[in-house]
Amino acid sequence: MDSASQVFDNVTVAAYIVASVMFIMGLLWLRSPETARAGNRLSALGMLIAVVFTVIDRDIVSYEWIIIGFVVGALIGAVAARQVQLTAMPQMVAIFNGFGGAASAVVAAAQILHQNDSGDVDPVVSVTVALSVLIGSLTFTGSLIAFGKLQGIVATQPVLIPLRHVVVVVMGVGALAMAGLMIIDPSLEWALVAMALIALIVGVLIVIPIGGADMPVVIALLNSYSGLAAAATGFVIDNAMLIIAGSLVGASGLILTRIMTRAMNRSLANVMFGGFGVADSTGVGVPGASAEDRPVRSVNAAEAAIVLGYANSVIFVPGYGLAVAQAQHQVRDLADMLKERGAAVRYAIHPVAGRMPGHMNVLLAEADVPYDELKDLDEINDDFRRADVAVVVGANDVTNPAARTDRSSPIYGMPILNVDQARSAIVMKRSMASGFAGVENELFHLENTMMFFGDARASVEDLITEMKEL
Amino acid sequence: MSIEELLVAVTVFVLAIFVGYLTITRVPPTLHTPLMSGSNAISGIVIVGAIVVAGTVGGLLGAILGVVAVTLATINVVGGYLVTDRMLRMFHRSDDDRQ
Repeated sequence: MDSASQVFDNVTVAAYIVASVMFIMGLLWLRSPETARAGNRLSALGMLIAVVFTVIDRDIVSYEWIIIGFVVGALIGAVAARQVQLTAMPQMVAIFNGFGGAASAVVAAAQILHQNDSGDVDPVVSVTVALSVLIGSLTFTGSLIAFGKLQGIVATQPVLIPLRHVVVVVMGVGALAMAGLMIIDPSLEWALVAMALIALIVGVLIVIPIGGADMPVVIALLNSYSGLAAAATGFVIDNAMLIIAGSLVGASGLILTRIMTRAMNRSLANVMFGGFGVADSTGVGVPGASAEDRPVRSVNAAEAAIVLGYANSVIFVPGYGLAVAQAQHQVRDLADMLKERGAAVRYAIHPVAGRMPGHMNVLLAEADVPYDELKDLDEINDDFRRADVAVVVGANDVTNPAARTDRSSPIYGMPILNVDQARSAIVMKRSMASGFAGVENELFHLENTMMFFGDARASVEDLITEMKEL
Repeated sequence: MSIEELLVAVTVFVLAIFVGYLTITRVPPTLHTPLMSGSNAISGIVIVGAIVVAGTVGGLLGAILGVVAVTLATINVVGGYLVTDRMLRMFHRSDDDRQ
């Protein structure tokens, strides 16, 4: 290697270190909404530096494919980022995770073909290629299924395939066997292809039995996998920047996964085995009475408006129903009216409300709700007993007091929002249908609870109309 | 990769996981969605590997794999950062209203 190219290599490595530092700084700045936007831009600048210094590297001999990929990818990415509805953000994140995983797998696979052509076999490369292709492939199809479920293309109900655990284990063993073959003899390219195909099928089988409300866990986990696949690819091409960036994402996804499973008081294994809320709904029910013979207090918009109109302290509890009905703007309008009447308004956000971590916060931010009015479970749970009215908009299981008391309930032990402790609660809901966990919500039968049936958006609009009359 | 190089790579990996852990635990729940989309953009770093594949691996198969990888990774990077920026633009405090 002559000294000129040596210098060039060192410059590239230096640029990669700078980019790595910018990724870490960018994530650090996410610790507050005030600095978050600058952090994201810093991270993007780091990415630009990394790309520019890679492109001008002397090893690159042909540019046409790179340019085609840039143009097509940038167009799709930019249009998607602009056009996507904020309510569709979970599916957007899901499919982007999938693309990341697929890109890692393709790069790793290409690298082993390259290595086979050149003839110098490196066992480290073979092992990490196997890892990257495995993780990347199952991230790809798993994310596609998650996207399909969130978009409503694939059934959101858990799809239970007979003997699915056995099938997944057998296929997993098969994939590992193929990986072993490929590591022993990297020239067996069919083993690589077979391994990738099995991993693609396993990705489908893992996600398809998981129900809609467990999606926050799945998305967080796939997010983690897309990072780990990138880190594995970093080992393949011996690039520390890829290892660093991939590990950051892997750690981030794992932390979010843990926060989500904790908020549901379930283990990751329990979520991933799937079928929650289907298999249990017949076996474990509410002891005693069924839904029909237990009274609920149903109110109309006028009655609800009177209760709200004279409240001094109101806590909104948004759930997935808010996203489905796209009611965030109406809720904000209602909150503004309440504030004008002198009430204190806050929002209680359960970690697993919606379909991905932070889903409600983004929707409410879109409706211009200031983020300091959004409170986490821990922050606000003691305040419910001092609140005049708690307004539940499209949330169910996360408000069920049975989680505290009923040992036989599938959601026993799950941290819930203390809506039942508010002086009164207004629950906006389409029907008495039970939530994801398939259990009846005790909250609905309490003396202080008023059920306000209807589409969340129409209901809030009616409430606003009635409030104006007060 | 020699055993020394592998050890260095593993060291980087372990330390980066720790840095990630310490950094991410400080992100407030209200920013968890932008965290996911933003970190997703970061995992698009594999674009660097994709560029190398597209620009150096020869043959038709190399070209196809290269262009697929660059396209997917670019979607991730461009889409991820833009959509994160779009979300973060909307977050504001209540006292910002008065300005």
